Amino acid sequence: MGRTFKGRAILGGNIKGECVVSHEGVNTLASFQKSALKKAKKVICSDQNNKELYNKNLTGKIMCLPKTIGSTTGGMVLQTIAQMGIGPLAMLFSEHIDSLAAAGIILSEVWTYKRIIAIDQLGNEFLQYVKDGQLIEIKEDGTIFVEGD
Amino acid sequence: MVDYKMKLTTEEVDILEGKQGPTLQKAMKSIVLYGETFGAERLLPIDGPVHLVTSFGIPILKPVFDMMEELISSGLATEKKFTVDPRPIDYKNVRCSILEKVVFKIMYGKQKDYEVQLQKVGLKDKNAFTCTCYLPQVGNVPKKGEILSWAESSAVVFANSVIGARSNRNSGVIELLGGIVGKVPEFGLLTDEGRKAKWLIEVKTSKIPEAQVLGSAIGIKVVEDVPYIVGLDKYLGSGISDNAIDYLKDMGAASASNGAVGLYHVEGITPEAIEQKRELLHEGYNIYVIDDEEIKRIIKSYPMLWKDKDLKPKICFIGCPQLSLNQLYGWVEKLSTVLKAKGKSRVAVNTVLCAAPDIAQEFKKDKETYKKLKDMGANLTSICPLMYMNNPLCSKKPVITNSNKLRTYTTARYFVDEEILKIIARGSIKGGEYNG
Repeated sequence: MGRTFKGRAILGGNIKGECVVSHEGVNTLASFQKSALKKAKKVICSDQNNKELYNKNLTGKIMCLPKTIGSTTGGMVLQTIAQMGIGPLAMLFSEHIDSLAAAGIILSEVWTYKRIIAIDQLGNEFLQYVKDGQLIEIKEDGTIFVEGD
Repeated sequence: MVDYKMKLTTEEVDILEGKQGPTLQKAMKSIVLYGETFGAERLLPIDGPVHLVTSFGIPILKPVFDMMEELISSGLATEKKFTVDPRPIDYKNVRCSILEKVVFKIMYGKQKDYEVQLQKVGLKDKNAFTCTCYLPQVGNVPKKGEILSWAESSAVVFANSVIGARSNRNSGVIELLGGIVGKVPEFGLLTDEGRKAKWLIEVKTSKIPEAQVLGSAIGIKVVEDVPYIVGLDKYLGSGISDNAIDYLKDMGAASASNGAVGLYHVEGITPEAIEQKRELLHEGYNIYVIDDEEIKRIIKSYPMLWKDKDLKPKICFIGCPQLSLNQLYGWVEKLSTVLKAKGKSRVAVNTVLCAAPDIAQEFKKDKETYKKLKDMGANLTSICPLMYMNNPLCSKKPVITNSNKLRTYTTARYFVDEEILKIIARGSIKGGEYNG
Protein backbone atom coordinates (compact mmCIF):
# COMPACT_ATOMS: atom_id res chain seq x y z
CA MET A 1 0.00 0.00 0.00
CA GLY A 2 0.95 3.62 -0.26
CA ARG A 3 0.41 6.46 -2.68
CA THR A 4 2.35 8.30 -5.33
CA PHE A 5 2.15 12.06 -5.79
CA LYS A 6 3.79 14.24 -8.42
CA GLY A 7 4.99 17.77 -7.81
CA ARG A 8 7.45 20.22 -9.31
CA ALA A 9 11.08 19.52 -8.46
CA ILE A 10 12.63 22.87 -7.64
CA LEU A 11 15.80 21.19 -6.44
CA GLY A 12 15.48 17.48 -7.04
CA GLY A 13 17.17 14.42 -5.61
CA ASN A 14 16.70 10.72 -4.89
CA ILE A 15 16.28 10.01 -1.21
CA LYS A 16 14.14 8.15 1.29
CA GLY A 17 13.32 9.27 4.79
CA GLU A 18 10.85 9.74 7.60
CA CYS A 19 8.47 12.65 7.48
CA VAL A 20 7.07 15.24 9.86
CA VAL A 21 3.86 16.95 8.89
CA SER A 22 2.44 20.41 9.47
CA HIS A 23 -0.95 21.28 8.07
CA GLU A 24 -0.37 24.96 8.72
CA GLY A 25 2.35 27.27 7.41
CA VAL A 26 5.67 26.63 9.11
CA ASN A 27 7.27 29.67 10.71
CA THR A 28 10.94 29.11 9.85
CA LEU A 29 12.48 31.56 12.32
CA ALA A 30 10.25 30.49 15.21
CA SER A 31 10.82 26.79 14.42
CA PHE A 32 14.59 26.73 13.91
CA GLN A 33 16.13 29.72 15.70
CA LYS A 34 16.38 28.28 19.21
CA SER A 35 18.26 25.16 18.14
CA ALA A 36 20.47 27.14 15.75
CA LEU A 37 21.40 29.65 18.45
CA LYS A 38 22.25 26.85 20.85
CA LYS A 39 24.35 25.20 18.11
CA ALA A 40 22.35 22.08 18.88
CA LYS A 41 23.11 18.83 17.11
CA LYS A 42 19.51 18.58 15.98
CA VAL A 43 16.65 20.99 15.53
CA ILE A 44 13.81 20.66 17.99
CA CYS A 45 10.97 22.81 16.69
CA SER A 46 10.57 25.79 19.00
CA ASP A 47 7.48 27.34 17.44
CA GLN A 48 4.93 27.31 20.23
CA ASN A 49 2.20 28.33 17.79
CA ASN A 50 2.63 25.23 15.65
CA LYS A 51 0.98 22.52 17.73
CA GLU A 52 1.87 19.76 15.24
CA LEU A 53 5.61 20.46 15.07
CA TYR A 54 6.35 22.00 18.47
CA ASN A 55 9.06 20.05 20.31
CA LYS A 56 9.56 17.61 17.42
CA ASN A 57 12.91 16.80 15.84
CA LEU A 58 13.18 18.28 12.33
CA THR A 59 16.80 17.37 11.54
CA GLY A 60 17.16 14.84 8.74
CA LYS A 61 13.41 14.65 8.34
CA ILE A 62 11.30 15.18 5.25
CA MET A 63 9.12 18.15 6.12
CA CYS A 64 5.62 18.06 4.61
CA LEU A 65 3.94 21.45 4.75
CA PRO A 66 1.77 23.85 2.80
CA LYS A 67 4.40 26.65 2.82
CA THR A 68 6.61 28.61 5.21
CA ILE A 69 5.52 31.82 6.93
CA GLY A 70 6.86 34.46 9.31
CA SER A 71 9.96 36.64 9.47
CA THR A 72 11.89 37.34 6.30
CA THR A 73 15.04 36.09 7.96
CA GLY A 74 13.51 32.70 7.05
CA GLY A 75 15.63 31.99 3.98
CA MET A 76 18.82 32.85 5.74
CA VAL A 77 17.85 30.69 8.71
CA LEU A 78 17.30 27.73 6.36
CA GLN A 79 20.67 28.36 4.70
CA THR A 80 22.35 28.51 8.11
CA ILE A 81 20.87 25.28 9.44
CA ALA A 82 21.75 23.57 6.15
CA GLN A 83 25.33 24.77 6.52
CA MET A 84 25.36 23.55 10.13
CA GLY A 85 24.24 20.13 8.89
CA ILE A 86 21.08 20.09 10.99
CA GLY A 87 18.56 20.99 8.31
CA PRO A 88 15.68 18.92 7.03
CA LEU A 89 16.50 16.32 4.38
CA ALA A 90 13.82 17.67 2.09
CA MET A 91 10.85 20.01 2.05
CA LEU A 92 7.66 18.89 0.37
CA PHE A 93 5.17 21.69 -0.19
CA SER A 94 1.54 21.00 -0.96
CA GLU A 95 1.18 24.54 -2.35
CA HIS A 96 3.44 26.72 -4.51
CA ILE A 97 6.67 27.35 -2.63
CA ASP A 98 6.79 30.74 -0.88
CA SER A 99 9.47 33.38 -1.39
CA LEU A 100 11.25 32.75 1.94
CA ALA A 101 11.62 28.99 1.54
CA ALA A 102 12.62 29.46 -2.10
CA ALA A 103 15.35 31.88 -1.08
CA GLY A 104 16.57 29.48 1.61
CA ILE A 105 17.00 26.52 -0.69
CA ILE A 106 18.53 28.66 -3.47
CA LEU A 107 21.02 30.37 -1.14
CA SER A 108 21.99 26.98 0.31
CA GLU A 109 22.51 25.59 -3.17
CA VAL A 110 24.38 28.52 -4.78
CA TRP A 111 26.44 29.94 -1.89
CA THR A 112 26.78 27.08 0.62
CA TYR A 113 26.72 24.14 -1.83
CA LYS A 114 24.30 22.25 0.44
CA ARG A 115 21.17 20.94 -1.19
CA ILE A 116 17.81 20.89 0.54
CA ILE A 117 15.64 18.87 -1.82
CA ALA A 118 12.46 20.82 -2.50
CA ILE A 119 9.32 19.70 -4.30
CA ASP A 120 6.27 21.94 -4.44
CA GLN A 121 2.68 21.89 -5.72
CA LEU A 122 2.03 18.38 -4.42
CA GLY A 123 -1.60 19.28 -3.71
CA ASN A 124 -3.86 19.31 -0.67
CA GLU A 125 -4.60 15.61 -1.05
CA PHE A 126 -0.93 14.88 -0.40
CA LEU A 127 -0.99 16.83 2.85
CA GLN A 128 -4.19 15.11 3.93
CA TYR A 129 -2.76 11.68 3.16
CA VAL A 130 0.66 11.93 4.70
CA LYS A 131 1.07 11.23 8.42
CA ASP A 132 3.91 11.87 10.87
CA GLY A 133 6.51 9.10 10.87
CA GLN A 134 5.65 7.66 7.46
CA LEU A 135 8.50 6.84 5.08
CA ILE A 136 8.65 8.84 1.87
CA GLU A 137 10.72 8.09 -1.22
CA ILE A 138 11.56 11.10 -3.38
CA LYS A 139 12.63 10.92 -7.01
CA GLU A 140 14.66 13.45 -8.96
CA ASP A 141 11.71 14.39 -11.20
CA GLY A 142 9.46 15.44 -8.31
CA THR A 143 7.62 12.13 -7.92
CA ILE A 144 7.18 11.02 -4.34
CA PHE A 145 5.97 7.73 -2.91
CA VAL A 146 4.41 7.75 0.56
CA GLU A 147 4.57 4.30 2.11
CA GLY A 148 1.38 3.01 3.72
CA ASP A 149 0.88 2.38 7.44
CA MET B 1 24.90 27.65 -16.28
CA VAL B 2 21.36 28.06 -15.08
CA ASP B 3 18.69 26.48 -17.25
CA TYR B 4 16.34 29.46 -17.45
CA LYS B 5 13.18 30.41 -19.32
CA MET B 6 13.28 34.07 -18.34
CA LYS B 7 13.93 36.65 -21.05
CA LEU B 8 17.27 38.13 -20.05
CA THR B 9 19.17 41.02 -21.61
CA THR B 10 22.59 40.46 -23.17
CA GLU B 11 24.24 42.01 -20.11
CA GLU B 12 22.27 39.79 -17.73
CA VAL B 13 23.25 36.70 -19.75
CA ASP B 14 26.89 37.79 -19.70
CA ILE B 15 26.79 38.13 -15.92
CA LEU B 16 25.07 34.77 -15.61
CA GLU B 17 27.79 33.21 -17.74
CA GLY B 18 30.46 34.63 -15.44
CA LYS B 19 31.83 37.28 -17.82
CA GLN B 20 31.84 39.83 -15.00
CA GLY B 21 33.37 37.52 -12.42
CA PRO B 22 32.30 34.47 -10.43
CA THR B 23 30.79 36.35 -7.46
CA LEU B 24 28.49 38.53 -9.53
CA GLN B 25 27.64 35.37 -11.44
CA LYS B 26 26.52 33.70 -8.20
CA ALA B 27 24.50 36.77 -7.22
CA MET B 28 22.80 36.79 -10.62
CA LYS B 29 22.28 33.02 -10.52
CA SER B 30 20.51 33.36 -7.15
CA ILE B 31 18.24 36.12 -8.47
CA VAL B 32 17.45 34.27 -11.71
CA LEU B 33 16.73 30.96 -9.93
CA TYR B 34 14.54 32.87 -7.49
CA GLY B 35 12.60 34.41 -10.39
CA GLU B 36 12.35 31.11 -12.27
CA THR B 37 10.78 29.48 -9.22
CA PHE B 38 7.95 31.99 -9.41
CA GLY B 39 7.58 32.04 -13.20
CA ALA B 40 9.04 35.55 -13.61
CA GLU B 41 9.54 36.45 -17.26
CA ARG B 42 12.09 39.20 -16.79
CA LEU B 43 14.16 41.17 -14.31
CA LEU B 44 13.23 44.75 -13.41
CA PRO B 45 15.74 47.41 -12.36
CA ILE B 46 15.28 48.54 -8.76
CA ASP B 47 14.41 52.21 -8.21
CA GLY B 48 15.36 52.81 -4.59
CA PRO B 49 17.87 51.73 -1.94
CA VAL B 50 17.72 48.25 -0.48
CA HIS B 51 16.56 47.68 3.11
CA LEU B 52 18.27 44.70 4.71
CA VAL B 53 16.81 42.50 7.42
CA THR B 54 20.14 41.09 8.62
CA SER B 55 21.63 43.51 11.12
CA PHE B 56 23.04 41.15 13.69
CA GLY B 57 26.45 39.53 13.91
CA ILE B 58 25.52 36.14 15.29
CA PRO B 59 28.53 33.88 14.64
CA ILE B 60 26.34 30.98 13.47
CA LEU B 61 25.40 33.05 10.39
CA LYS B 62 28.67 31.97 8.83
CA PRO B 63 27.19 31.58 5.34
CA VAL B 64 26.16 35.26 5.41
CA PHE B 65 29.57 36.51 6.58
CA ASP B 66 31.32 34.33 4.01
CA MET B 67 29.14 35.70 1.24
CA MET B 68 29.74 39.29 2.40
CA GLU B 69 33.48 38.68 2.34
CA GLU B 70 33.19 37.28 -1.16
CA LEU B 71 31.24 40.35 -2.31
CA ILE B 72 33.78 42.70 -0.72
CA SER B 73 36.82 40.95 -2.10
CA SER B 74 35.20 41.09 -5.55
CA GLY B 75 34.68 44.85 -5.15
CA LEU B 76 30.89 44.55 -5.24
CA ALA B 77 28.51 46.95 -3.47
CA THR B 78 24.97 48.24 -3.91
CA GLU B 79 24.57 51.24 -6.22
CA LYS B 80 22.54 53.23 -3.65
CA LYS B 81 23.38 53.32 0.05
CA PHE B 82 21.09 51.01 2.02
CA THR B 83 19.42 50.85 5.45
CA VAL B 84 19.30 47.80 7.70
CA ASP B 85 17.30 46.49 10.67
CA PRO B 86 18.13 47.61 14.25
CA ARG B 87 21.24 46.72 16.18
CA PRO B 88 20.88 44.06 18.90
CA ILE B 89 22.57 45.67 21.92
CA ASP B 90 22.39 48.93 23.88
CA TYR B 91 23.67 48.39 27.45
CA LYS B 92 23.16 52.05 28.33
CA ASN B 93 19.42 52.13 27.80
CA VAL B 94 18.50 48.46 28.15
CA ARG B 95 20.03 47.40 31.43
CA CYS B 96 21.65 43.96 31.54
CA SER B 97 23.25 41.87 34.27
CA ILE B 98 26.92 40.93 33.97
CA LEU B 99 25.94 37.40 33.01
CA GLU B 100 23.54 38.63 30.34
CA LYS B 101 26.30 40.83 28.94
CA VAL B 102 28.64 37.84 28.78
CA VAL B 103 26.04 35.89 26.81
CA PHE B 104 25.36 38.87 24.52
CA LYS B 105 29.07 39.20 23.87
CA ILE B 106 29.21 35.59 22.72
CA MET B 107 25.87 35.69 20.87
CA TYR B 108 26.66 38.80 18.86
CA GLY B 109 30.38 38.17 18.76
CA LYS B 110 30.62 39.10 15.08
CA GLN B 111 28.67 42.38 15.39
CA LYS B 112 31.60 44.76 14.90
CA ASP B 113 33.05 42.74 12.02
CA TYR B 114 29.65 42.47 10.38
CA GLU B 115 29.03 46.21 10.64
CA VAL B 116 32.36 46.79 8.89
CA GLN B 117 31.22 44.38 6.16
CA LEU B 118 27.92 46.25 5.85
CA GLN B 119 29.74 49.56 5.42
CA LYS B 120 31.91 48.12 2.67
CA VAL B 121 28.90 46.75 0.81
CA GLY B 122 26.97 50.05 0.90
CA LEU B 123 25.48 50.87 4.33
CA LYS B 124 24.04 54.43 4.41
CA ASP B 125 25.52 55.57 7.73
CA LYS B 126 25.82 54.65 11.41
CA ASN B 127 22.21 55.69 12.04
CA ALA B 128 20.86 53.44 9.30
CA PHE B 129 19.91 50.67 11.76
CA THR B 130 16.12 50.59 12.03
CA CYS B 131 13.12 48.53 10.93
CA THR B 132 11.26 51.78 10.12
CA CYS B 133 13.54 53.01 7.33
CA TYR B 134 10.48 54.38 5.50
CA LEU B 135 9.83 57.12 8.07
CA PRO B 136 10.85 60.62 6.86
CA GLN B 137 13.48 61.18 9.59
CA VAL B 138 15.33 58.06 8.42
CA GLY B 139 14.99 58.83 4.76
CA ASN B 140 14.79 55.53 2.87
CA VAL B 141 11.34 56.58 1.69
CA PRO B 142 10.23 55.05 -1.60
CA LYS B 143 7.71 56.62 -3.96
CA LYS B 144 4.50 55.04 -5.19
CA GLY B 145 5.14 52.52 -7.95
CA GLU B 146 8.87 52.22 -7.31
CA ILE B 147 10.42 48.75 -7.56
CA LEU B 148 12.29 47.70 -4.41
CA SER B 149 14.44 44.89 -3.11
CA TRP B 150 13.50 44.85 0.58
CA ALA B 151 13.24 42.06 3.11
CA GLU B 152 12.22 43.15 6.64
CA SER B 153 8.60 41.95 6.70
CA SER B 154 7.16 44.97 8.53
CA ALA B 155 8.93 47.38 6.16
CA VAL B 156 7.89 45.47 3.03
CA VAL B 157 4.22 45.43 4.04
CA PHE B 158 4.35 49.16 4.88
CA ALA B 159 6.08 50.15 1.61
CA ASN B 160 3.66 48.08 -0.47
CA SER B 161 0.47 49.01 1.33
CA VAL B 162 0.81 52.53 2.73
CA ILE B 163 3.15 53.95 0.08
CA GLY B 164 2.17 51.84 -2.92
CA ALA B 165 5.77 50.92 -3.78
CA ARG B 166 6.45 47.40 -5.03
CA SER B 167 8.57 44.84 -3.24
CA ASN B 168 8.14 41.14 -2.79
CA ARG B 169 8.48 39.69 0.69
CA ASN B 170 12.06 38.78 -0.01
CA SER B 171 14.16 36.75 2.32
CA GLY B 172 17.24 38.14 4.00
CA VAL B 173 20.34 37.94 1.73
CA ILE B 174 18.19 37.73 -1.44
CA GLU B 175 17.30 41.43 -0.96
CA LEU B 176 21.01 42.32 -0.80
CA LEU B 177 21.77 40.26 -3.89
CA GLY B 178 18.96 42.17 -5.66
CA GLY B 179 20.81 45.34 -4.67
CA ILE B 180 24.13 43.95 -5.90
CA VAL B 181 22.81 43.05 -9.35
CA GLY B 182 20.48 46.09 -9.27
CA LYS B 183 17.55 43.99 -10.41
CA VAL B 184 14.72 41.86 -9.09
CA PRO B 185 12.54 39.27 -10.82
CA GLU B 186 9.07 40.45 -11.78
CA PHE B 187 6.53 38.30 -9.98
CA GLY B 188 4.04 38.39 -7.12
CA LEU B 189 3.62 41.80 -5.51
CA LEU B 190 5.54 43.44 -8.37
CA THR B 191 2.68 42.68 -10.76
CA ASP B 192 -0.82 44.21 -10.95
CA GLU B 193 -2.38 40.75 -10.72
CA GLY B 194 -0.35 39.86 -7.64
CA ARG B 195 -1.63 42.97 -5.88
CA LYS B 196 -5.27 41.94 -6.12
CA ALA B 197 -7.03 40.95 -2.91
CA LYS B 198 -8.27 37.43 -2.27
CA TRP B 199 -9.93 38.43 0.99
CA LEU B 200 -12.46 41.05 1.97
CA ILE B 201 -11.95 41.84 5.65
CA GLU B 202 -14.98 43.49 7.24
CA VAL B 203 -14.09 45.30 10.46
CA LYS B 204 -17.33 45.46 12.47
CA THR B 205 -16.02 46.21 15.95
CA SER B 206 -17.72 48.64 18.34
CA LYS B 207 -14.53 50.74 18.59
CA ILE B 208 -11.25 50.91 16.73
CA PRO B 209 -9.56 47.53 17.26
CA GLU B 210 -6.05 47.39 18.68
CA ALA B 211 -3.85 47.61 15.56
CA GLN B 212 -1.62 44.76 16.71
CA VAL B 213 -4.56 42.41 17.32
CA LEU B 214 -6.36 43.30 14.09
CA GLY B 215 -3.15 42.62 12.16
CA SER B 216 -2.67 39.36 14.01
CA ALA B 217 -6.22 38.20 13.21
CA ILE B 218 -5.78 39.10 9.54
CA GLY B 219 -2.37 37.41 9.29
CA ILE B 220 -3.58 34.21 10.91
CA LYS B 221 -6.59 34.07 8.56
CA VAL B 222 -5.20 35.08 5.17
CA VAL B 223 -1.59 33.88 5.70
CA GLU B 224 0.17 35.26 2.58
CA ASP B 225 -2.84 36.44 0.58
CA VAL B 226 -3.66 40.10 0.02
CA PRO B 227 -6.55 41.39 2.15
CA TYR B 228 -8.84 44.32 1.28
CA ILE B 229 -9.94 45.82 4.59
CA VAL B 230 -13.15 47.79 4.99
CA GLY B 231 -14.46 49.63 8.03
CA LEU B 232 -11.26 51.31 9.25
CA ASP B 233 -11.77 54.67 7.53
CA LYS B 234 -14.52 55.57 9.98
CA TYR B 235 -11.88 55.48 12.72
CA LEU B 236 -8.78 56.64 10.86
CA GLY B 237 -10.36 59.10 8.43
CA SER B 238 -9.69 59.18 4.70
CA GLY B 239 -6.24 59.04 3.17
CA ILE B 240 -2.91 58.80 4.92
CA SER B 241 -2.73 60.88 8.12
CA ASP B 242 -0.02 60.61 10.81
CA ASN B 243 -2.40 58.55 12.94
CA ALA B 244 -3.18 56.27 10.02
CA ILE B 245 0.56 55.79 9.35
CA ASP B 246 1.16 54.73 12.95
CA TYR B 247 -1.86 52.45 13.07
CA LEU B 248 -1.15 50.80 9.72
CA LYS B 249 2.55 50.40 10.57
CA ASP B 250 1.67 48.34 13.64
CA MET B 251 -1.24 46.48 12.05
CA GLY B 252 0.89 45.53 9.06
CA ALA B 253 3.78 44.29 11.17
CA ALA B 254 1.44 41.99 13.10
CA SER B 255 -0.15 40.68 9.89
CA ALA B 256 3.31 40.01 8.44
CA SER B 257 4.61 38.15 11.49
CA ASN B 258 1.45 36.31 12.56
CA GLY B 259 0.95 35.32 8.92
CA ALA B 260 2.95 36.31 5.86
CA VAL B 261 1.06 39.34 4.56
CA GLY B 262 3.16 41.46 2.19
CA LEU B 263 0.44 43.85 1.07
CA TYR B 264 -2.97 44.96 2.29
CA HIS B 265 -5.41 47.52 0.97
CA VAL B 266 -7.57 49.64 3.26
CA GLU B 267 -10.70 51.14 1.77
CA GLY B 268 -10.59 54.91 1.64
CA ILE B 269 -7.06 55.05 3.08
CA THR B 270 -4.26 53.29 1.19
CA PRO B 271 -3.32 54.68 -2.24
CA GLU B 272 -4.30 51.75 -4.44
CA ALA B 273 -7.60 51.28 -2.58
CA ILE B 274 -8.39 54.96 -3.09
CA GLU B 275 -7.64 54.69 -6.82
CA GLN B 276 -9.10 51.31 -7.68
CA LYS B 277 -11.59 50.74 -4.84
CA ARG B 278 -13.17 47.26 -4.81
CA GLU B 279 -11.90 46.61 -8.33
CA LEU B 280 -8.88 45.35 -6.40
CA LEU B 281 -10.87 42.36 -5.18
CA HIS B 282 -10.12 39.11 -6.96
CA GLU B 283 -13.04 37.18 -8.41
CA GLY B 284 -14.41 34.69 -5.88
CA TYR B 285 -12.80 36.43 -2.89
CA ASN B 286 -13.33 35.15 0.66
CA ILE B 287 -14.91 37.18 3.44
CA TYR B 288 -13.67 37.40 7.03
CA VAL B 289 -15.69 39.41 9.53
CA ILE B 290 -13.84 40.78 12.55
CA ASP B 291 -16.09 41.86 15.40
CA ASP B 292 -15.54 42.34 19.14
CA GLU B 293 -15.93 38.60 19.79
CA GLU B 294 -13.32 37.71 17.17
CA ILE B 295 -10.85 40.20 18.66
CA LYS B 296 -11.36 38.62 22.09
CA ARG B 297 -11.00 35.12 20.62
CA ILE B 298 -7.71 36.04 18.94
CA ILE B 299 -6.25 37.47 22.17
CA LYS B 300 -7.31 34.39 24.12
CA SER B 301 -5.66 32.11 21.55
CA TYR B 302 -2.16 33.39 22.35
CA PRO B 303 -0.29 30.71 24.29
CA MET B 304 0.83 31.41 27.86
CA LEU B 305 4.56 30.73 28.01
CA TRP B 306 5.29 31.85 31.53
CA LYS B 307 5.38 29.20 34.22
CA ASP B 308 3.65 31.60 36.60
CA LYS B 309 1.25 33.98 34.92
CA ASP B 310 1.33 36.37 37.89
CA LEU B 311 5.07 37.02 37.78
CA LYS B 312 6.05 40.64 38.22
CA PRO B 313 7.23 41.91 34.82
CA LYS B 314 10.90 42.89 34.66
CA ILE B 315 10.88 44.76 31.36
CA CYS B 316 8.24 46.23 29.09
CA PHE B 317 9.17 46.77 25.43
CA ILE B 318 7.13 49.30 23.48
CA GLY B 319 7.94 49.74 19.81
CA CYS B 320 8.30 46.64 17.66
CA PRO B 321 8.20 47.82 14.92
CA GLN B 322 10.03 50.88 16.20
CA LEU B 323 8.00 53.94 17.15
CA SER B 324 7.45 56.95 14.94
CA LEU B 325 8.18 60.40 16.35
CA ASN B 326 4.43 60.93 16.71
CA GLN B 327 4.12 57.67 18.68
CA LEU B 328 7.07 58.56 20.92
CA TYR B 329 5.33 61.77 21.97
CA GLY B 330 2.10 59.81 22.37
CA TRP B 331 3.72 57.28 24.74
CA VAL B 332 5.27 60.02 26.88
CA GLU B 333 1.80 61.48 27.24
CA LYS B 334 0.11 58.13 27.92
CA LEU B 335 2.72 57.16 30.54
CA SER B 336 2.42 60.53 32.21
CA THR B 337 -1.39 60.33 32.32
CA VAL B 338 -1.53 56.80 33.75
CA LEU B 339 1.11 57.57 36.41
CA LYS B 340 -0.70 60.74 37.42
CA ALA B 341 -3.96 58.82 37.73
CA LYS B 342 -2.25 56.32 40.05
CA GLY B 343 -0.59 59.07 42.06
CA LYS B 344 2.89 57.95 41.01
CA SER B 345 5.80 59.72 39.42
CA ARG B 346 7.84 56.79 38.10
CA VAL B 347 7.08 53.61 36.19
CA ALA B 348 6.95 50.43 38.26
CA VAL B 349 8.21 48.25 35.39
CA ASN B 350 11.44 49.01 33.51
CA THR B 351 9.85 50.46 30.38
CA VAL B 352 11.87 50.68 27.19
CA LEU B 353 10.65 52.60 24.15
CA CYS B 354 12.26 51.64 20.84
CA ALA B 355 12.73 54.06 17.95
CA ALA B 356 15.10 54.52 15.00
CA PRO B 357 18.39 56.30 15.84
CA ASP B 358 17.43 59.28 13.65
CA ILE B 359 14.04 59.52 15.35
CA ALA B 360 15.50 59.14 18.85
CA GLN B 361 18.00 61.87 17.99
CA GLU B 362 15.21 64.16 16.79
CA PHE B 363 13.15 63.41 19.90
CA LYS B 364 16.07 64.15 22.23
CA LYS B 365 16.35 67.63 20.74
CA ASP B 366 13.12 68.36 22.62
CA LYS B 367 14.96 68.39 25.93
CA GLU B 368 11.87 69.04 28.03
CA THR B 369 9.91 66.04 26.75
CA TYR B 370 12.96 63.77 26.84
CA LYS B 371 13.55 64.79 30.45
CA LYS B 372 9.91 64.06 31.22
CA LEU B 373 10.38 60.54 29.82
CA LYS B 374 13.58 59.98 31.79
CA ASP B 375 12.09 61.44 34.96
CA MET B 376 9.33 58.85 34.74
CA GLY B 377 12.07 56.20 34.76
CA ALA B 378 11.48 55.07 31.19
CA ASN B 379 14.25 54.58 28.62
CA LEU B 380 14.65 55.16 24.92
CA THR B 381 16.68 52.80 22.77
CA SER B 382 17.19 51.92 19.13
CA ILE B 383 17.72 48.17 19.51
CA CYS B 384 15.54 45.38 18.24
CA PRO B 385 13.83 43.84 21.30
CA LEU B 386 13.56 40.54 19.47
CA MET B 387 17.33 40.30 19.39
CA TYR B 388 17.45 41.15 23.10
CA MET B 389 15.03 38.30 23.77
CA ASN B 390 17.18 35.88 21.78
CA ASN B 391 19.54 35.87 24.75
CA PRO B 392 18.40 32.73 26.65
CA LEU B 393 18.86 34.54 29.98
CA CYS B 394 16.63 37.39 28.85
CA SER B 395 14.00 35.06 27.41
CA LYS B 396 13.60 33.51 30.87
CA LYS B 397 12.63 36.87 32.32
CA PRO B 398 9.00 37.98 32.48
CA VAL B 399 8.95 40.50 29.65
CA ILE B 400 5.77 42.22 28.53
CA THR B 401 5.09 44.02 25.28
CA ASN B 402 2.41 45.60 23.14
CA SER B 403 4.01 44.02 20.05
CA ASN B 404 2.43 41.02 18.44
CA LYS B 405 5.60 40.41 16.46
CA LEU B 406 7.68 40.22 19.64
CA ARG B 407 5.07 37.90 21.18
CA THR B 408 5.19 35.62 18.15
CA TYR B 409 8.94 35.06 18.19
CA THR B 410 9.76 35.19 21.90
CA THR B 411 8.42 34.49 25.38
CA ALA B 412 7.35 38.12 25.77
CA ARG B 413 3.72 38.37 26.82
CA TYR B 414 1.34 40.53 24.85
CA PHE B 415 -1.03 43.08 26.36
CA VAL B 416 -3.16 45.69 24.66
CA ASP B 417 -1.99 49.29 25.17
CA GLU B 418 -4.59 50.16 27.80
CA GLU B 419 -3.73 47.13 29.93
CA ILE B 420 0.03 47.44 29.52
CA LEU B 421 -0.11 51.03 30.75
CA LYS B 422 -1.91 49.91 33.90
CA ILE B 423 0.71 47.19 34.46
CA ILE B 424 3.56 49.67 33.95
CA ALA B 425 2.03 51.92 36.61
CA ARG B 426 0.99 49.14 38.99
CA GLY B 427 4.10 46.96 38.63
CA SER B 428 2.18 43.73 38.57
CA ILE B 429 -0.10 41.78 36.30
CA LYS B 430 -2.13 40.39 39.18
CA GLY B 431 -5.24 42.36 39.86
CA GLY B 432 -5.78 43.45 36.28
CA GLU B 433 -8.09 42.20 33.58
CA TYR B 434 -5.14 40.59 31.91
CA ASN B 435 -5.09 38.35 28.88
CA GLY B 436 -3.91 35.07 30.07
